[in-house]
Amino acid sequence: MEADPIGVATGNHYIDGDHACAEGAIAAGCRFFAGYPITPSTEVAERIAERFPKVGGLFIQMEDELASMAAIIGAAWSGSKAMTVTSGPGFSLMMENLGLATMLETPCVLVNVQRGGPSTGLPTLTGQADMMQARWGSHGDYEIIALSPNSPQECFDLTVTAFNLAETWRVPVLFMMDECVGHMTEKVVIPEAKRLHVVPRKYYRGKKESYRPFSFNGSAKTAPMVKTGDGYFIHVTGLTHDERGYPVINAETQDKNVRHLVNKIRDNEEKIRLLEEDGVADADVIVIAYGISSRVALKAVNDARNKGIKVGTLRLITVWPFPEKRIRELAATTKAFVVPEINMGQIALEVERASRGRAKTLLVPHAGGWVHNPNDILKAIEEGAA
Amino acid sequence: MDIRFSGFGGQGIIKSGTLIGKAASLYDNKYATLTQSFGPEARGGACSAQVVIDESPVLYPYIVAPEILVTMSQEAYEKFIADLVPGGILLTDKDLVKPEKIRRDVKMYSIPATRIAEEMGNRIFANVVMVGFFTAITGTVSPEAVKKALPGSVPDRFVDINVKAFEKGYHYGLDLLGETIAAADSEPAKVT
Repeated sequence: MEADPIGVATGNHYIDGDHACAEGAIAAGCRFFAGYPITPSTEVAERIAERFPKVGGLFIQMEDELASMAAIIGAAWSGSKAMTVTSGPGFSLMMENLGLATMLETPCVLVNVQRGGPSTGLPTLTGQADMMQARWGSHGDYEIIALSPNSPQECFDLTVTAFNLAETWRVPVLFMMDECVGHMTEKVVIPEAKRLHVVPRKYYRGKKESYRPFSFNGSAKTAPMVKTGDGYFIHVTGLTHDERGYPVINAETQDKNVRHLVNKIRDNEEKIRLLEEDGVADADVIVIAYGISSRVALKAVNDARNKGIKVGTLRLITVWPFPEKRIRELAATTKAFVVPEINMGQIALEVERASRGRAKTLLVPHAGGWVHNPNDILKAIEEGAA
Repeated sequence: MDIRFSGFGGQGIIKSGTLIGKAASLYDNKYATLTQSFGPEARGGACSAQVVIDESPVLYPYIVAPEILVTMSQEAYEKFIADLVPGGILLTDKDLVKPEKIRRDVKMYSIPATRIAEEMGNRIFANVVMVGFFTAITGTVSPEAVKKALPGSVPDRFVDINVKAFEKGYHYGLDLLGETIAAADSEPAKVT
């Protein structure tokens, strides 16, 4: 379906990633925002607060991040496309209710503009150290979708994608920006509304008595939702539940409930995945990167190619679900993977696991506060090719 | 082209960088990436904006050694002057920056941007006067592009006066270049 023109700021802009993310959300039809300001994500909230009154949206500055996450779950069940925005310390506080959102299969978007951590760390400087928290931050078994943009343009484009994925799979989608991309200003082209693909909420319109808010059919389609005010009586709970949404506390129901949460994403990884590959077919070394690191890595890749090294690139646009199968395929034909990331080794662990010893994994860590020196990545490429 | 604008918070340093980046990427058909750094203070602290302008997409977003350095405060000058590449261009606010040791390996151009802005009625325009000066001296962006970049970047009712501030800085720069060229032309005559 086409986007609602009222929310689409069509034209060429010179804006930063945070502002572009806000525009992407509004273009995707987000009309509810609850958040608690935190550097370096505040500009997203700021722009939404300014723009929402003009598009009929509701912006609430909450008392904290726990409440913010809870509010967007409620808003989603009342029929809104909803989003919250935060950074590391707030992300930690959102983890409990992120679990609730996965359990209730609630479509919503949680933006984390990553800064250096742990704790309050580096408020104004970049980091990519929340990637594993994105995957495993809430308790229990679940799967999640996480996207990682590498430019302000992608902050717009992929925020629209994030909302579309949330609706398609009825899952909270994590938008894992980093401070560098969030605070970087570049040209952002916002297309006309009719050229933007937006996935609308799927609603149930049938008989009241036969409605089921959940459908545990494994990897197939998720159940349509209803919204408050439509006259359906429904019950949703964080407790293990059946397809009617009522708690059933036994191993059999747990098995159905959890397998569905996991398999709807795991079995559809290839449909969800967004990767960018270049020159991987005959590469001796493949650089795997995401976010700002994927751009800085290209500089090293160009230098390596000038030295005659056969190096390819694989950019993770969706970091979760992890493209395990693709990495395994590539591990059979390449000598080494080089993984630069602004943390002390997170996605590199997944690459190493997925490659199952068929190719070496060389981590290029960075503790945060700045991007990699491309020469450090180049050294690892040379080591991998040797 | 790696450019650093620097000064103290409240001078419109980030805005200067934004105007140049916007002009280059939206109206001069180039790629321009802006990053910024500032202290926790809202005003008064050291502040700088970095712009990378290129014919192809910018991969490395930060600046280590700029080819052009614009300084609008003494503190910023002292902090950043050492990083300017040899042969680079240094632009300063004549009244606010007093270089103690002048680097002989860079080309320095000065304009009393803040004084010119005050004469126009408000020192708030000093950054745009400097942007005009920058445009004339460096030729990195076209003056038409910067003038197109002003609407939407400053409040609507102040667009006209900002265009005037830009013109003042731009013509000051052109005049200064004219004098420099004239001086250079006259040099051989002195020798003979």
